[in-house]
Parts: sequence; C-alpha cells; structure tokens
Amino acid sequence: MTTFLVRRLAFACVTLFATLTLVFVLVRIVPGDPAQLILGDQASREAIDALRQRLGLDLPLFKQYTVFLLGALRGDWGVSMVSGQPVIGEVLRVLPWTIELTVLSLVIGILLGVPAGVYAAIHRNRFVDYAVRISSLLGLSFPPFVSAIILLLVFAIALPWFPVISARSGSVAAWYQSIALPAISLGLISAAYVTRVTRSAMLEVLSEDYVRTARAKGVPWNVVIWRHALRNALIPIITVVGLYLGILIGNSVLTEIVFSRPGLGKLLIGALNQRDYPMLQGMMVIYTLIVVLVNLLTDLSYGFVDPRVKLK
Amino acid sequence: MSGAAPPRLSAQLPILAVRNLTTAFRVDDQWITVVKGISFEIGQRETVAIVGESGSGKSVTALSIMGLLPAANSRVSGEILLDGRDLLKLSENRMRHVRGNLISMIFQEPMTSLNPVLTLGFQIAEALIYHRGLDRAQAEAETLRILERVRIPSAASRLHEYPHRLSGGMRQRVMIAMALACKPKLLIADEPTTALDVTIQAEILELIKLLQDEEGMSVAFITHDMGVVAEIADRTVVMLNGNAVEQAPTAELFASPREPYTRALLAAVPRLGSMKGRPAPQRFAIVDPVTGAVEVVPDAGSTAAVTQRPVLEVAHLVTRFDIRSGVLSRVSARVHAVEDISFSLHAGETLALVGESGCGKSTTGRSILRLVEPVSGTVVFEGQDVRALDRAGLRAARRRMQMIFQDPFASLNPRKTVGGAIAEPMIVHGLLSRSAAHARVSELLRRVGLSPDMASRFPHEFSGGQRQRLCIARALALAPRLLVADEAVSALDVSIKAQVINLMMDLQADMGLAYLFISHDIAVVERVSHRIAVMYLGEIVEIGPRAAIMENPQHPYTKRLMAAVPVPEAGRRRLRRGLSTTEIPSPVHDTSYVPKPRLYRELGQGHVVQAFDANA
Amino acid sequence: MSAAGPSRGALRVAAPSPFAYFASATLKAFNTNKTSWIGLAVFLIVVAAAILAPVLAPFDPNDQNILEKLRAPTFEHWLGTDSFGRDTLSRLLYGARISLIIGVVSTFAAMVIGTAIGMLAGWHGGRLDTVTMQAMDVLLAFPSLILGLILVAMLGPSMVNIIIAIALTSIPPFARIARAPTIAVKEREFVDAGRALGYSDTRLLIVHILPNILPEVLVMGSLWLANAIRTEASLAFVGLGVKPPTATWGGMIREGFENILDSYWLALVPGVAILIVIFALNLLGDGLRDAIDPKLKGEA
Repeated sequence: MTTFLVRRLAFACVTLFATLTLVFVLVRIVPGDPAQLILGDQASREAIDALRQRLGLDLPLFKQYTVFLLGALRGDWGVSMVSGQPVIGEVLRVLPWTIELTVLSLVIGILLGVPAGVYAAIHRNRFVDYAVRISSLLGLSFPPFVSAIILLLVFAIALPWFPVISARSGSVAAWYQSIALPAISLGLISAAYVTRVTRSAMLEVLSEDYVRTARAKGVPWNVVIWRHALRNALIPIITVVGLYLGILIGNSVLTEIVFSRPGLGKLLIGALNQRDYPMLQGMMVIYTLIVVLVNLLTDLSYGFVDPRVKLK
Repeated sequence: MSGAAPPRLSAQLPILAVRNLTTAFRVDDQWITVVKGISFEIGQRETVAIVGESGSGKSVTALSIMGLLPAANSRVSGEILLDGRDLLKLSENRMRHVRGNLISMIFQEPMTSLNPVLTLGFQIAEALIYHRGLDRAQAEAETLRILERVRIPSAASRLHEYPHRLSGGMRQRVMIAMALACKPKLLIADEPTTALDVTIQAEILELIKLLQDEEGMSVAFITHDMGVVAEIADRTVVMLNGNAVEQAPTAELFASPREPYTRALLAAVPRLGSMKGRPAPQRFAIVDPVTGAVEVVPDAGSTAAVTQRPVLEVAHLVTRFDIRSGVLSRVSARVHAVEDISFSLHAGETLALVGESGCGKSTTGRSILRLVEPVSGTVVFEGQDVRALDRAGLRAARRRMQMIFQDPFASLNPRKTVGGAIAEPMIVHGLLSRSAAHARVSELLRRVGLSPDMASRFPHEFSGGQRQRLCIARALALAPRLLVADEAVSALDVSIKAQVINLMMDLQADMGLAYLFISHDIAVVERVSHRIAVMYLGEIVEIGPRAAIMENPQHPYTKRLMAAVPVPEAGRRRLRRGLSTTEIPSPVHDTSYVPKPRLYRELGQGHVVQAFDANA
Repeated sequence: MSAAGPSRGALRVAAPSPFAYFASATLKAFNTNKTSWIGLAVFLIVVAAAILAPVLAPFDPNDQNILEKLRAPTFEHWLGTDSFGRDTLSRLLYGARISLIIGVVSTFAAMVIGTAIGMLAGWHGGRLDTVTMQAMDVLLAFPSLILGLILVAMLGPSMVNIIIAIALTSIPPFARIARAPTIAVKEREFVDAGRALGYSDTRLLIVHILPNILPEVLVMGSLWLANAIRTEASLAFVGLGVKPPTATWGGMIREGFENILDSYWLALVPGVAILIVIFALNLLGDGLRDAIDPKLKGEA
C-alpha cells in the first residue's frame, strides 16, 4: 500500500510541475506586451518600462520561469496591482468560501444522485427510470447562472425567504441563509451528473457475470444491489466525480457572481476585468494546486475501493 | 422428439422432473420461443448431460430452472418439479431459498463470475450465512473446510484474498466451492470447463465427479463437447433449436443414435485415436441433420509435397515481450513467448502447433508473419528471409502468407460489405482493377461455398461458420502459399467446424496450400494434420509425423496432454488418477533470466523430442 | 458465451445497398429513444429561427429607443425591451446566431483535432500514448470554464478568439473519447487481418478504424455542442463575450441581471432560451448514445 501512495504522490508532483509550466507558458504566449495591455494605449514609454521592471518582465525568459516556479512553491505569488496586498493573502482569504460552497454542493449532489441513480438502474426502462433520466438530463442542461438566477428570483425576490446578497454574518442561521441558495443551485446540477453516472455504472455492473452468480447463490436482491453491485459501480463513479469537481469549481465562479458571494470566482473576475496580472497568475496557481489535490484524492480513494489497485 | 419419459436408473423419485418446459423471450415487441416444450428427468446421484450447439436453448433451460431470467422480458411455462415441488409456482422469495441451497449453478466464464471487490472467503461464506443462518465465525470455519475439499492449496490464506490473484482453474474451483457450500441436491454446470485448458478441464471434471460421489448429489451438465459427455454423463439429452430431439443412456446414444441430428452431431466429432492406421488427414463424413443421409468424400491421398524444398523454414525463432512498470516505464520483466523454435513446412502439408494457453503457439504464428517482431532467428519463406525484408518487401511477401483468426465475429470490419472486404487486398496491392476485382470476388465466394450475390451484404448478416468462410475467401484473394490458421475453427459449432475443415482440406488439395494449424483441440488436429508439434512454455517439446506423436508420444508433457483429452466414446471412461492441482507455470521472467539451452533427440522419420529429465 | 436470448440463425434479408444500410441504421438509432427526435426537432427549430432572424425579427436588434425602455412584454414588443429600449425578441433571435456559430465551429474544430490526437495516441500506444494522455488528463481536470475565461481574457474577446478558446478546452474530451474505442477496435482481428494483408497504417486508421469509432465521436459531438453553447453564454455573462452592442444571450442575461429586481424577464427569457437549446441537444445526444451502447438499453 505504501508503494502505491508514494507513486501517486510522485506522480502528483510531476503533474503539478507540468501544470505550473503550462500556466507560465500560457500567460506569456499572449500576443503583445502585457505591460502595455495593462496600461493601455496612451501610456508613456517610461511608464511601460517601469511596469515591466516591476513585474519582472525584463528578465530573460528562463529567469522569469525559475522566479515564478520558486515563488509559486514558496508561497510568494507576487503582489496584486489593484489592492497592493500580497496575492496569496487575498486568495487565502476567500478560499474558504469557495471550498465550503463546492464541498456542500458535491455532498448534496451525491446524497441525492447516488440513490436516484441506483433506483433508476433497478427499474430500468420503467416509468421511474424515464422520469429520472429526463429530469437529470434537464438538471445538467441548466447553465449554472440560469439556475442561480431562477432560484434567486423565486426564493429571494418573489418570496423573501433568503437574502439577495449572500454573505455570512456570524451565526449558524446566517450562515445557512447565505449558503443555502447557492449550494442548492449548484447541488441540483451536481445531483444530475451524479445520477447519470451512477445509473450507467450500475447498469453496467448489473449485467456482469458476478451479479448473476450472486443471484444464483440465493443472495437477497437488496444485498446484491448494495453490496455486490454498488461497490463495483463506485469505481467509475469516483472517476467521474473527480473529473466533475473541475466543472464544479468553474460553475462556482458563476454562482458567486449571481449571489454576490465572496470567493475565488469573484477574485478571478475582478482580476480579469482590471488586468491584475500577478493576481491572474496567482489564481491559476491556486487552481492548479486544487486540481492536483483532487486528482490525488481520487487516486487514493481507488486504493480504498478497488482491491486490484492496492496490490499493484 | 421422444415423448415417453426415459427409463430411470433407480426406483426412487427423480430429483428433478422437467415437464413441457417452454421459455419465450420478448425481443422488439415480439415473443420468440427459445425452449419448446422439453421434458426430461434427473435421478438421484445421476449425471445428465444436456448437449447441443449454440442456439439450441440448453443454457436457457438451465436459467429457466434456476429462475434467473429477467422477469420483464421472459415467460416460462410448464412444470419444474424439484422433489415433487413445482418451482415455477414459487414466489420469488421462496425461489431465492432454493437457489444456492437446493439447486446450485456454476457458469462458463470463471474469470468474470467472481466479484472482484469481495474476498473469496466472504463470497463462499455468504451462501452459508443466508441459507444456514451461520454467523461469520462459523461460516468462515465451514468455508475453510469447503476450500480444502475442492483442493485449493493453502486454503487458509486464500480466505482473505481477492479473485484477481487466481487463475481460471482455481477460480472455477472457488465457484464449485460456493455452489456446494450448502450441500445442494442438484448441481447445474453450464459449460464450466469450456474456457479452461484441457489439462485443467480434466482436473475440474474429476473434481466434480468426486464431489458428486461424496455428496450424493445429482448433476446436470451442459456442454457442446461430446468427449466430456462420454466421460461423465449417465444419460444424455440432445437439444436442437429448443427441442429435446433425443434422450438416452449415454452408452446407448453413442453406440446407436436414433435421430438424424444426433447422428450428424456424432459424425462431426473427431475421436482421439480414430486415425490409427490411416496415413493421411481425413475429411469428416457429413451427415445431413434432417434426412440422415451420409456423404463421404473419398480421400485423394496425401497432398504434402515432401520432395520439394519446404515453403517455410523457421530456425531458432525467439520472440519476447517487454513488461514495463514504474514511473519511468523501465523494463522490469519479459514474457518469453517463443524460445528457440525450429521447424519446416512443405507445400500441401499441414503442420499443427498444439499446446495450452500461454505456450506461445499463437505468438509463433504472428511472429512468422511479423505481426509481432521476433527478437532473433530466421524465417525463410519461399527462399527469402522474411525478417530481413524492408517495408516494401514485407508488403509483397505478405501477399503469399496469410492468416485466419479465431473469432469470426471480430475478423471482419462491421462497416464494410463482405465483397468490399474480399476485394480490398487485391485493390490495395494494385493487382486488379475494381471491376476485375469484383469478378474475382464472385469466384472466391463460390470457391468457399457461398453465393456471389452475398457480396453486398454486411458481416452481421452472416453466421459464424459463414464468416469464417468469408475470412478464408479474403485470405485466398492474393493466392497465398501459406495459411496460418490461428484457432480458426475453435469458436465454431461442432457440425460447422467439420464443414469448414473439409473446405480447408479441399482447398489444400486444389491449391497446394501449406497450413500452419494452431489449435488446442487435439482431436481435431489428429484428423487434419500431417505433422504435429507440441509446444510448452514457448518451446517445442516434441515434433513429428501425426501417427508417431499420437501413438508413440515420448515427452511427459505430450503424454499428459493426450491423457487429458476426453474421448467421445461411451464406455471409455478413464481410470481415475489422483487429483492434482497443477498450474501451468508462467512464461514471465525477470530481465536477468537466460533460458537454458535445450537438447533434442531424433527418433527417426522426423520425430524429434526435447531431452527431458526422466526423474523430474 | 451463454446467451440468454434468441440465437442468430442463418442469413437474414439484406439491405439493398450500403447507403440504405447506414440510413436505416441511423433511423433505428433515433428510434431507440424517441426523445432524441424531440431534441433534434427543437434544435432544428432554433437553427431555423437563427438563420431566418433578419426575416423574423420585428425590430433591428441594436435599435435603441429610450422612450420605450424597460417595458414589460406588450403586444408591440412580445418579450419586452431592455434598458436601452431594444426589442428583446429581436435580440434573442440574433443572439441565437452568435451562440450557434461559435458553438458549432468550435465543436467541429475540436472534434476533428481531438479525434485525430486520440486515434493516433490509441493506435501507437506506448510512450506517445502515455504522454499524450497525461497531458490530456491534466487539461481535462482543470476547470475548463476557468481556462476558457483566462484564454479569452488574454487574447481579447472577439468571436474568433472565443471560438479558439472554446475549441482548445474541448480538445481533451474528444481525444479521450476517440482513444478508448480506437484501442478496442485495434485489438479486433480484422485489423490484424488488414496488417497481414499488407495494408498501411494510414489506411487501417482511416478506412477501418475511423468508421467504427465514428458513432461514439458523433454522439460526443452533439453533447459537447451543448457544452460549447453553455460556455459561450457563460463567457458572455461574465463580460468576456462578443463585445456589445452585438446581441448575445449571455450578454443579455448580464444586462438583465443589473435590472433583476424590476424587470426580471430580461434575465429570465434568454436564460430559458439557453436552457431549451442545451436541453434539446442533450436529449439528442443522449438518445443517440443509448442507441450505440447496447448495455444501457437493457440487453445483456
């Protein structure tokens, strides 16, 4: 088991390294001079040069790369051009908001989606199945900002049950008030994805030979479903959920805008609109770290669920 | 169709009495009857074989008895009396108590029939927990006992292992353990040994027989292999298209079959040892399954052109596959698939490569055609060293040596018409224009016994045997001299197998084709080959004329192989050997392994044996 | 193989020609799941409406009329007007063009490039495959919306750049979806037979493998088109869509969001429009996917 862990960690480091390099390249392949883009067409030569020096763009490319890489790993992600504060500080300040929204949405998605998917698979091609399939298809067709807007319109504007602007203010009730609508908005979409993958994974597993063996042994049907079938279905479900987290993080950006919630999304949009160059770079680093961490967790959970993986 | 109930072995009531069983499936809103009112009985301690080709309904019969068919799309009617109780009248809950408890079933594919995420011990103990109400500790103790009874080595450590660590033969033993845990009265075995090597098959059959004696249970054994039937069955039911066409005690069935279909089936089954005294390969006699008319094509004598230079000369061929592992994909081990193989093949001659899985026979065929690249050795085809050819040279050489594969369903591109597939090689090599190619396609189709107007159809519209003929037609398009048949008939039904083999032998006589016939089915090999080479772990352990190998095998592996083959002659049940649990060793070695040099002994007339330690 | 179903017997009646065979196969695929017809119909209606926008739109979409601003739906303006007095219905119709063009072009480009990458990786295997797929995996895991946002922000929000950005983030899924069946088909014996018959690798890939993986790729294409349209709308919502005053659905929602308390229809209408198109495409793609995957249909 430890060799497996070590190998996954090593691989995660390689991925981190590669993605950071990709970030570096991405930010620099932009046509035109970044400093000029930031300052605009009217800026003077001196202002542009000063900015270039400040951003470290006048150094040779390889030096920029090492500075960037070391800085990223040490936690020195530069200073925001808009606020003057260190980038990493700003990021860490809003990170918990995004994490709690993402995690809660995923939990809602799994709690709703897995049972729905299993239920639909068992009653394949009957009415329940069709209903679940259509509604989950509808659920994941919602652009996240549309579902957010609809929820906002209905539950915050038409019926004043929830605040229009969602920012916590101390108590549990306030926290619940501010996170409920955004989490439900994302959670329903997540549930749709999880339902679909659970259903197809269960259908696949239910047609396997070992399920037939279990039935031939006289094992009760519900035990066949939950112990024999679902455990095997978890493997592809975990894969898809891991991939889906990337989509979820992207969606949370849009949700944060609609509900005026602080988070990485708002920070990113602000950086994009104001051309806050160091902030953008820092944002990409944090996203990379999150992605690598999620991949690592996914890989590790395979180790728990699939005995074939453990003993490799 | 036999209407009267067959005579019973004992005066006791039969364990299972099936009366007028009819099973239908709904496909695209239509009901299709798959089992059409069959009746048979299984007595106490009796083994009944249900035999038939694909589509005969034998598996569906078993699943109907167990109640494992999907309720939504299937309808089962008739009576299934287990000890007098009609199973079809039971509720699903009660039926569940019958399954695994009074009647158990084991299936064909051991590799996929065990749950990969649950331990072996648990999967066996489960039946005990649900049917006998044992707690975990008691169930575990009982499981250990059962594992030892099915002769699994180091049973105690296996309890907590997962299925992926076991080979096919071992997994089938675990399946048997699971099935017998609650001491059922009837065991239904659906082709349990079809996916196993012949030596492993022999062990599993022995095991089933032994356990049957110890437990006093009855066995319903479903198979298509008449040899297995002769080995183990007291009585036999022959099924065709959902009907039970004949049932009789096995000895009687083999000695004097009454129905034309039974006679056709038995005529198409090669019997090991039946070629004694015949010098040349022999076609199968084809019995018409409807009329019973017998058609025998007289042999024209041996087609082998032994006086000329061999078409193919293989010397010291070595093929290995690298296994890479680790983050940097370093080579950590090698599969020694083919080690130092040498043989020659003349025009018009059939050399059979026989052996069990992993022996390297398939890889040898592919190495000769350079579908995989050998590591060293020479392959001289029509005087040219194939290994030394460049891409253009290889392309030209490939026109003259072709291959036919095992799976007729995967051997044709489903998106191309069969006419297009057969014409393609000629067009690609620029041999003929499109119109001329199509004329040749018609000719080839006729040659393999199909009609030219089939050219515009797609592969899925043909049966397995027809597809194999199409593959032969495609291979013949370029007028090859050598044809490598890699288990080409293994996936076909018994009667179709015989017809395709007859076709291949006709083509050999007409065109002077040389065949490298790769197969694990020794009985078939005995009929078609001039010479046989026996392979084991990548090496040829014995090679020689067919008669010499069959009647005078020298190498211990050859002897073991021959002894394991079930013979389709009732009354020829083998003496029981002691049960062994041999596993075929793995051809994977680490990078430092150097294979030992081998010595060979020549016994005259081309019969060569690898030197072996007589005491080992 | 123990098949719990009726057997395949001898020859059945054949189709008259290869073209008729493919046509009937496609028809059968659509008929497997009747909802795919609905999806196709709705999508085609939207496409028709977009093409006929100049004919159907009652007003010029950029025609400002301050007197008429922020009107609720009336007889004259079926879907009301926005804060500049522009007719919502007309903007909706013209916005459909943007969404469809960007969606279709970017998806098609990604499909071609991604499929090629996936096929080559699957075919050659070994190091090339491992390295390519690691790269694709890394890109796949990264939130594609974020990547798209950053790309568009860097390149500048023009139609071409948006197409490029969406296409780039769409390539990894296509590479994945093309690679798996390529590997499966590569193992089938007709490919080996082709090699034994002397066919070149290129021929095998294009003539033999590609037609066999095309169904999966096309299904993914229709599903991903839905995704591309959603991404475009998201970009526009965030302010990185095609620059105003051009009407885009996402942009309309963005502007409508500013007035959400009073004129809720401005944000709601384009939102529902996007939802309908995406849902229709998902119905279509999903129905087709059921047709090509026998296990999901309920067969063994």
